[in-house]
Amino acid sequence: MNRFNYASPLLIDHEKTLACENNVRLYDGEVKTNFEGGELIITTHRILWARPGAIARGDTCLALMNELIVYIEEESPGAFSFKSMYNFIKLSFKDGYSNNVLGILNECLQVRHWEVQIPPQVPDKPQAPQIKLRTGIVGIERSLQEKQKAQDETLNAAFQDLNKLMSMAKDMVKMANVISTKIKEKQGDITEDETVKFKSYLLSLGIDDPVTRDAYKSNNQYYRSLANEISEFLYKHIEDMGGMMTLTDAYCRINRARGYELLSPEDILNACKLLESLGLPLKLFQFSSGVKVLQLNTLDSGTIAESTGILIEDNGSLSADELASKLGISITLARERLLTSEKYGKCCRDDSIEGLRFYPNLFLNNEE
Amino acid sequence: MGEVEIDWPWQYNFPPFFTLQPNPETRAKQVQAWKSLILEYCRKGRLYLVDVRESSHIPLFNNSNINRKLEESVIISILSELQKTGHAAPVDKAKHRWEIYWHTLDEWASMIYGYISSRGFNNSVLTLYELSQGEDVQTEEFYTIPQEVLIKALQVLEKDRKCELILSDEDQGVKFF
Repeated sequence: MNRFNYASPLLIDHEKTLACENNVRLYDGEVKTNFEGGELIITTHRILWARPGAIARGDTCLALMNELIVYIEEESPGAFSFKSMYNFIKLSFKDGYSNNVLGILNECLQVRHWEVQIPPQVPDKPQAPQIKLRTGIVGIERSLQEKQKAQDETLNAAFQDLNKLMSMAKDMVKMANVISTKIKEKQGDITEDETVKFKSYLLSLGIDDPVTRDAYKSNNQYYRSLANEISEFLYKHIEDMGGMMTLTDAYCRINRARGYELLSPEDILNACKLLESLGLPLKLFQFSSGVKVLQLNTLDSGTIAESTGILIEDNGSLSADELASKLGISITLARERLLTSEKYGKCCRDDSIEGLRFYPNLFLNNEE
Repeated sequence: MGEVEIDWPWQYNFPPFFTLQPNPETRAKQVQAWKSLILEYCRKGRLYLVDVRESSHIPLFNNSNINRKLEESVIISILSELQKTGHAAPVDKAKHRWEIYWHTLDEWASMIYGYISSRGFNNSVLTLYELSQGEDVQTEEFYTIPQEVLIKALQVLEKDRKCELILSDEDQGVKFF
């Protein structure tokens, strides 16, 4: 009896009704149950039992999957039982049965409809003509190989261009040098304005005579010259940016300016460490968070804290990205400025789900 | 817990007040402000017990106007600061429930003893109920003081031999000397 489950009488896919009987009672083994006088429907997949009319209404009914039935036997006129592994049930047909229930069920169990897999419907769309006949793993491997080959070719082509550019760049710089010396010699022929303009072009092109390692015997000397170059090149930029630039920005700008003979991050870091000892106007500074920046010698944490504090006061409150867009600096730098300012007690934080904001330090300034 | 009528200090509407400040100098000011606000709030609302786990339902710790609330861990650390000055004490080990003494136990004790002396109740016995809920004490500051706090205050007096607690199951009373 426990093999029955409650189910919807709606037919599942590919299920067909085979026979219908009325006034049927269920027995749990030999024991009568309360399920009496109901409708019995035998389908290709299930045996359904329900109170009269319930099936028509689509109400829940009792269902026994046909696949669970191992044996059918007619007991006495009007009643027969289904033996299962552990138990069996009996169906009692009070009014007898009109259809050949036993025959139908036996046939149904032999055909085993529930095992028949209906092939999924193939869409009617005309199939696109297959271009690649290769299928399977070999096909996939080959297409991957082809892709790789194509990538290799583009890469090679790209690097050939780069090599050309590098070899040309040296000549270009030489030419630029020649032109600038000629301009110096022929002063008077061209106006002051034009000279300045030309020089600014040269500058934006890059550093005309980059410091390279080959030219120096010791690392120390190399770094010192590099430090000089960095300071000379970046001083103006850093001044424009409010006195501070992250080391990563500096790295990008230096290498952008050099164009070739690129510097490694280590070389730049080592050179920057020497900035202060060489008495140059820039210095390397590390925030407590570990962020390294190049900043003007004239700038110290106190003045940063002060100016940031004033900015916060003017705006009511600021987050790192707001400050970044106000000053045109990176968010990392803006954050460092705010944290420095906080360390100096110039502002205080509000850490909420809306993010980290900084407010004027009313705790210290708003004494009652 | 009904609404407590209180003039909120400016800090209450200042969002950073609800974030523990990392700068030590700033934090000292902030914690000081919190301490006095908590005591003031409890005094006004005559709150003797605060459950940190319910802090989000207490307007004191949850300012819905600016959508900020104080974290439970921060509340506990501020209450621990109050504990140092005898203005609060945790009731359970997990430090979730705190008794708040807007008068310290010493202050309560001397207040009660002052009342006893002025009424000439020395050498007489009063029930704890009389002392906290009786008609005679309606005008006193310690009117409606919970029994747990009252007992602790009286224990202070007991130590000075100014009273003796009688804590049997039936009658809880105290004899003053």
